[in-house]
Amino acid sequence: MSAAALVTGLGIAAPNGLGTDDFWSATRSGKSGIGRITRFDASSYPAQLAGEVPGFQAEQYLSSQIRSQTDHMTRMALVASDWALADAGITPDQFDAYDMGVVTASSSGGFEFGQGELQKLWSLGRRHVSAYQSFAWFYAVNSGQISIRHGMKGPSGVVVSDQAGGLDALAHARRQIRGGTPVIVSGAVDASICPWGWAAQLAGGRVSTAEAPDRAFLPFDAEACGHVPGEGGAILVVEHADSARHRGVRVWGELAGYGATFDPKPGSGREPALHKAIELALADAGTEPGDVDVVFADAAAVPELDRQEADAITAVFGPRGVPVTAPKTMTGRLYSGAGPLDVAAALLSVRDGVIPPTAHVQQAPGYTIDLVTGQPRTGEVRTALVLARGHGGFNSALLVRAA
Amino acid sequence: MAGSRVVITGVGVTAPGGVGTKNFWGLLSEGRTATRRIGSFDPSPFRSQVAAEIDFDPELHGLSPQEIRRMDRAAQLAVVSAREAVADSGIDFAGTDPYRLGVTLGSAVGATMGLDREYRVVSDGGRKHLVDHEYAVPHLYDYLVPSSFTAEVAWAVGAQGPATVVSTGCTSGLDSVGHAAELIREGAADVMVTGATDAPISPITLACFDAIKATTPRNDDPEHASRPFDHTRNGFVLGEGAAMFVLEELHSARARGAHIYAEVAGYASRCNAFHMTGLRPDGTEMAEAIRQALAQSRMNPEDIDYINAHGSGTKQNDRHETAAFKRSLGEHARRTPVSSIKSMVGHSLGAIGSIEIAASVLAIKHDVVPPTANLHTPDPECDLDYVPLTAREWRTDAVLTVGSGFGGFQSAMVLAAPRGAGT
Repeated sequence: MSAAALVTGLGIAAPNGLGTDDFWSATRSGKSGIGRITRFDASSYPAQLAGEVPGFQAEQYLSSQIRSQTDHMTRMALVASDWALADAGITPDQFDAYDMGVVTASSSGGFEFGQGELQKLWSLGRRHVSAYQSFAWFYAVNSGQISIRHGMKGPSGVVVSDQAGGLDALAHARRQIRGGTPVIVSGAVDASICPWGWAAQLAGGRVSTAEAPDRAFLPFDAEACGHVPGEGGAILVVEHADSARHRGVRVWGELAGYGATFDPKPGSGREPALHKAIELALADAGTEPGDVDVVFADAAAVPELDRQEADAITAVFGPRGVPVTAPKTMTGRLYSGAGPLDVAAALLSVRDGVIPPTAHVQQAPGYTIDLVTGQPRTGEVRTALVLARGHGGFNSALLVRAA
Repeated sequence: MAGSRVVITGVGVTAPGGVGTKNFWGLLSEGRTATRRIGSFDPSPFRSQVAAEIDFDPELHGLSPQEIRRMDRAAQLAVVSAREAVADSGIDFAGTDPYRLGVTLGSAVGATMGLDREYRVVSDGGRKHLVDHEYAVPHLYDYLVPSSFTAEVAWAVGAQGPATVVSTGCTSGLDSVGHAAELIREGAADVMVTGATDAPISPITLACFDAIKATTPRNDDPEHASRPFDHTRNGFVLGEGAAMFVLEELHSARARGAHIYAEVAGYASRCNAFHMTGLRPDGTEMAEAIRQALAQSRMNPEDIDYINAHGSGTKQNDRHETAAFKRSLGEHARRTPVSSIKSMVGHSLGAIGSIEIAASVLAIKHDVVPPTANLHTPDPECDLDYVPLTAREWRTDAVLTVGSGFGGFQSAMVLAAPRGAGT
């Protein structure tokens, strides 16, 4: 069979913790990073809560030259890539440049940077638009900048599938590993918490307008009223099993199975396709539903979408057949950053035998899933399934397991 | 399915010069140019005022009023092209498991036109930093995240398999089709509707390329403004468009008696890890992508009959890739016709890679190599056979098509007439 794609490094920038240790100690204890928006004055908007990454000082890590040409989300992605490589014990000079690639996902590119340049264009004129606009906004920016920073020339890529994209990127990284490339830096970091990004997110109609941070993002709860947007995500080092073995490094786990489907057109009357993505991921990993120890849910907190997700989980695993959790209740929805962050959380769950809780949620009657709420749940975790769904109908499922 | 061969059985193109594959090939084979002074808005404040625009009426091409309202122009171009490709392939999806039908769509800059237009409104002409969200169009979120384009194509063709946007800047159109071929080879799908789209001709795009002088200021002669490999070239001409394909496995295409345009015989992508916009003159990383694509196709340099160049018409690009062709193909580079259709249809960023795949498979179909228009005085450092001015009848069984873009991406694909596969 194909070579195993292992995760050997984690780099995390999350609203409830910068860096793996802070993120995980907050997540396992149910500590939320959702609060009032500080990045701009949100008082005139109907939604005023977000998950912002705390304490990220780009000047601690990045030169002024890099900072001036990058959006906030690219800066976080670059630093997360540094941390992931350090965690993997990799310095790029250990590998041939063509043996390392970069595959990331994005949802909205460097949108805050883009707002700044649009503002200059329309208020001051075209001569005021930055020479960096052409490559700071577009969706490929993080893959390009990470490859330059670390001298990585191997097979690379960028995918956009809204919130599902982060898992699609990891699956594509696995594809490149199986194709023979030893190291792929992968994952996603997203952010569009700026007035212009906020207007676009509000237009989507799925953002919670609740005012209390602990009552605003409540998937599978009777009070579910939309989500809180967040920023950040995770960058992972995905490595060929032979390379990891040769280097003798600690392995977080294996990207063991993946499936992706697309929902039928709204109004078609046909069933949603999430359950099929789960089945494909299980089959791809050669795993039975009974082997899965936890499901990290997409957790839209839109009642219809929660219902679809709960139905898909129940269809595959049976009523209360597997613990389900949504630690993104502590970060908000991070768009393409969400999937890789959940994969990181799943690998930390495997390491520690702890399933983090779904914060603030009381499961509504009528859902027959086993939602982990209140306290973290302890017990061996060897196999975890991560789900991510993107607006428009994208469904991705990624199965990770102990190596 | 591993190791299976993937072929193109349907083509749809919406490019400057006319909607539909027939109009596209007419333009290329006659060596006409579709570049002109920008007409969709007043370009006079800008340094570069020329572009290759499409005269495109979405209603005329079957989109409903609600689809037109909902979709950015780039999505409209993609859907119209996807419908043409599916019709051209003759495939009937009624018998296809929708989970085995997928969509990948390349786009470098997503809904730039829609975002630029709507930003101007919600910010009241850039005056309000805290924009008025109440002035936003209801589908603004779909402009924010361009995977909405893939959703539109998937809905149009009834796909429920793997679906994504591939967004690697100006190589997106190659990488999207390369990705689709990989999905069929690994068994994740039986049929892929794939290709790329971009509609970037908008003030913010002009401004950002003005700022780095990437686009040509040859405003007094727009029809001849795109001049790849010419000594007088001074930047690219922005374009727009989409090309979509139906990809399927060779044996199932044969079994249903499909017309086979070409096999996607090899594909590879590498990064230069050098600079977000700059290129080293030696073309090392593009040459590596070409070598890998050739190796995957089990071909030698001598098997390549025609090179469809990136040929953007910037000083550095055309030298960079001339060096890459020599480095990867050796002496054979000097014997092989090379041309850039960007001389005629401009550079439509993420879309152009797919539009160039369309040109490549049509060259195979017609045994005609499209020319490089406007090439009168070759740059001494660009010393290959660039097929100046007029198309050439040329036995074309295998084409190398390449792309190079911001972010450092370098991609190469080998397309080959399916020997022994029948057509």
